[in-house]
Amino acid sequence: MSSWPILSLITFLPLVGAFFCLIVNGPKEAVDRNCRSVALVTTLATFLISLLLWIRFDPTKAGFQFEEKVAWVPALNIGYHAGIDGISLFFVLLSTLLTPICILASWESIKVRVKEYMIAFLVLETFMVGMFCALDLALFYIFFEGVLIPMFLIIGVWGGKRRVYAAFKFFLYTLLGSVLMLLAIIAVYWQVGTTDLPTAMEKLDLPFTWQCWLWLAFFASFAVKVPMWPVHTWLPDAHVEAPTAGSVILAGVLLKMGGYGFLRFSIPLFPEATQYFAPMVFALSIVAVIYTSLVALVQEDMKKLIAYSSVAHMGFVTIGAFVMNMQGVQGSIFQMLSHGIVSAALFLCVGVVYDRMHTREIAAYGGLVHRMPRYAFTFLFFTLASVGLPGLSGFVGEFLVLLGAFKANTWVAFLASTSLILGAAYALWLYRKIVFGELTKDSLKGILDMNGREIAIFLPLVLLTIWMGIYPNSFLDPMAPAVDKLIGDYQAALKLARTAALVP
Amino acid sequence: MIVGLESWTLARPEIFLAAATALLLIYGVVRGEIATPFVSVATSAALLVTAALLFLPYREGPAFSSLFIVDRLTATMKVMVLVGSAIAILMSRAYFEQAKAWRFEYPILVALATLGMMLMISANDLMALYVGLELQSLALYVIASFQRDSIRSTEAGVKYFVLGSVASGMLLFGSSLIYGFCGGTAFVQISGALADGRATEIGVIIGLVFVVAGLAFKVSAVPFHMWTPDVYEGAPTPVTALFAVAPKIAALSLLVSVLMGPFKPLFAQWQQIIVVASVLSMALGAFAALRQQNIKRLMAYSSIGNVGYILLGVASGTEKGIQAVVFYLAIYLVMTLGVFATVLMMKRRNIMVEQVSDLAGLARSQPMMALGMLIFMFSLAGIPPLAGFWGKLYIFMAAVEAKLFIPAVLGVLASVVASYYYLRIVKVMYFDEPAEAIDRPAFGVNRVVALVAAFLIAVFSLVPQPLSVIAEAAARGLFP
Repeated sequence: MSSWPILSLITFLPLVGAFFCLIVNGPKEAVDRNCRSVALVTTLATFLISLLLWIRFDPTKAGFQFEEKVAWVPALNIGYHAGIDGISLFFVLLSTLLTPICILASWESIKVRVKEYMIAFLVLETFMVGMFCALDLALFYIFFEGVLIPMFLIIGVWGGKRRVYAAFKFFLYTLLGSVLMLLAIIAVYWQVGTTDLPTAMEKLDLPFTWQCWLWLAFFASFAVKVPMWPVHTWLPDAHVEAPTAGSVILAGVLLKMGGYGFLRFSIPLFPEATQYFAPMVFALSIVAVIYTSLVALVQEDMKKLIAYSSVAHMGFVTIGAFVMNMQGVQGSIFQMLSHGIVSAALFLCVGVVYDRMHTREIAAYGGLVHRMPRYAFTFLFFTLASVGLPGLSGFVGEFLVLLGAFKANTWVAFLASTSLILGAAYALWLYRKIVFGELTKDSLKGILDMNGREIAIFLPLVLLTIWMGIYPNSFLDPMAPAVDKLIGDYQAALKLARTAALVP
Repeated sequence: MIVGLESWTLARPEIFLAAATALLLIYGVVRGEIATPFVSVATSAALLVTAALLFLPYREGPAFSSLFIVDRLTATMKVMVLVGSAIAILMSRAYFEQAKAWRFEYPILVALATLGMMLMISANDLMALYVGLELQSLALYVIASFQRDSIRSTEAGVKYFVLGSVASGMLLFGSSLIYGFCGGTAFVQISGALADGRATEIGVIIGLVFVVAGLAFKVSAVPFHMWTPDVYEGAPTPVTALFAVAPKIAALSLLVSVLMGPFKPLFAQWQQIIVVASVLSMALGAFAALRQQNIKRLMAYSSIGNVGYILLGVASGTEKGIQAVVFYLAIYLVMTLGVFATVLMMKRRNIMVEQVSDLAGLARSQPMMALGMLIFMFSLAGIPPLAGFWGKLYIFMAAVEAKLFIPAVLGVLASVVASYYYLRIVKVMYFDEPAEAIDRPAFGVNRVVALVAAFLIAVFSLVPQPLSVIAEAAARGLFP
């Protein structure tokens, strides 16, 4: 059974579903219904199979597991090399978990071109999972960029009023960052003669100036994806205009691609440059944390507010990733996972009321608690998780990052922690405006509480948030050896560089 | 030297094509207009048979006192040209029938142009080069104005003729300078003279600049691109499809064999010219297309941009670079034929339309046609995982290897700008509200070509290896 290509299976299974959707034909009603079912079954099956990864994962090993390696384009020495370690394991699971939830969340809200919608989501899942499994730079780039195509269509076809603008901005912004990374990948290729990541990690030995240039090229790509201040401006637009499920995937998975990229590529490949640029990353992250939190305070659109809060939370992630100690990096990964679930859930919360009222204006709501008690509870739960209430998932990540940052640089920790206060301010403010108060608006008087389908969407996320908050070790333990190795290799490389500098 | 049997066997494909064309011409003249359908199909078949003759059995070497040369590179390029021309002929029938310009001379002229292209590709002497180039160009000038009732088509032909003659003049002038300074027109003589120390003589360099300028005109590289948008827009659409593939591939092949052959000792000199032309083409192709409303015009700028990328591969001057050129051209051929097949299917109430806005809402009225166009557009933009990405990757790999860092960075940035207008077509098809629907495309050659092209793009996206093996084999000949 060990030779069973489980990673390829979960990567490409959604494509099989997409193919079935493509060939479905008949009256519109039937096609829509069948495509929905096919998409749901495929994504659920993918999720269940991906759980096997977690069950069979050996949490004591630091290296890559479930490896598959096939020569793909021997002429260019590009291989299909997939594998996961403790860092990528949970990102794969996050992607496979959120996709069926997205399909369920779009069950009724998407009414036009259902077939194309489901195909786009299934293709998107293939690219996301493939990207987190890729252990070849070129393969990674293909999946990383490929994500843009379905996402561009999802925003542009099923989005809001300014969808065209948002879709173009999203696409061109991220493409601009990524093409520079492509050149850097090519430069790495000419150094080591292959795009295989483990080989590159082992053999890459670049002079410092070169490291800096290549690091910057990778940074251009990942910083846009994260997104870091000041290249975050595509995110609020994309989030606001995307359909609910699109926002969920954007916040839940796509933003993580940047943070994951730093940990998987920038840090191990260019350790000296990482150390050199870390203060810059800290500075940008702190600006992001404080500035975007303040911006979030004055938003009038619910989705925009959550989008800005995402930028602030991702600021924590980049701080954690670059302090380069056990707590910081683990916290950073944990924060990404937690944010992936909590912000996805918050967007789903917005989606629940948006489906009923077709507006995201904060001012259009108020007093929902009187009509929608179950919704009020769910929304409160995830608001508190986002704020970082101890016992829920958000707390663990933030606490670990602050701990790690404190060890590395007290000021960074101090400034970053201001976000806890600001974050509580805007999140609670949003909650009060929407849920509390008197129910005065006539349009809201007939609003219905969540139905069974919506509860089914939120239930797994609620349970997971509590689990991550109460017993984070289930998640931290499997990633520990990989993180330990990442930091160990980094320190060793720096030490080597220092001794080399001392020898004339 | 006695021209032996060997020479005739090496030139067998060309001889076959020339004879077949002559016979078909006679047949057409005798039978008149009725013969048109047969002549067009027979010409396409003759072109494909010629392609087969290149490889059955495959021989290589110089022929006719070294005027002519056959190797893997020329054979590969010829196959692409022949396939491009054959498909272009098949694609044109419906269009010309509707325009009441369906005459048997059209396939004959395309075949003659293709013969010229084959001679260009195989040229091993400046005179042979010029003869091949002129045979090609003269036939193409006529084809551009083939729809002679249309003012735009006539204008395109005249413009192409006048500007093309200037380019031919420059080429001839450059050749005469090189002849004067090197003492011969054969490529062997030139490279011998350059190796003997003639390389530093100013006359040779000026001659080289003129030759490169003349060839740059033929591949429509900036700053010699001015004719392209007008000719592409004015010429009948199937002719534009032909212009976008066959002559371009032939001229690029010629450029490669001239620069990497006799003028290799002057690498440092011509590299600068090619780099500048490449960067300017990429930039102009990206920026000028942003506002185009006519798809044919847009494709003209797109082809200028694509030539820019190919020239970057030429400029690297390495084996990898030439491989990249062959690889990119093959994918470019498929993408371009696919796009034009789709454009030829764009009819509204049985009238051809060619504005970008005519595609509005195509995803809803003709979903498969829109899906095909989507694949071509993302592939042209070079977005992975589509085949166009592999072409760009190959080119940039070669450029980085040759340490052309700044052109490579400018190139990827231009590709981001260019992706905007490819995306705009996707936007019009998928995001916009449907305009009056495009007619359901009738089953025919164009639909098959578009389908096959989209399928090939999908295959090359997943399995680029066979193409790169072909490209490797083709490039090896230049680097003994």
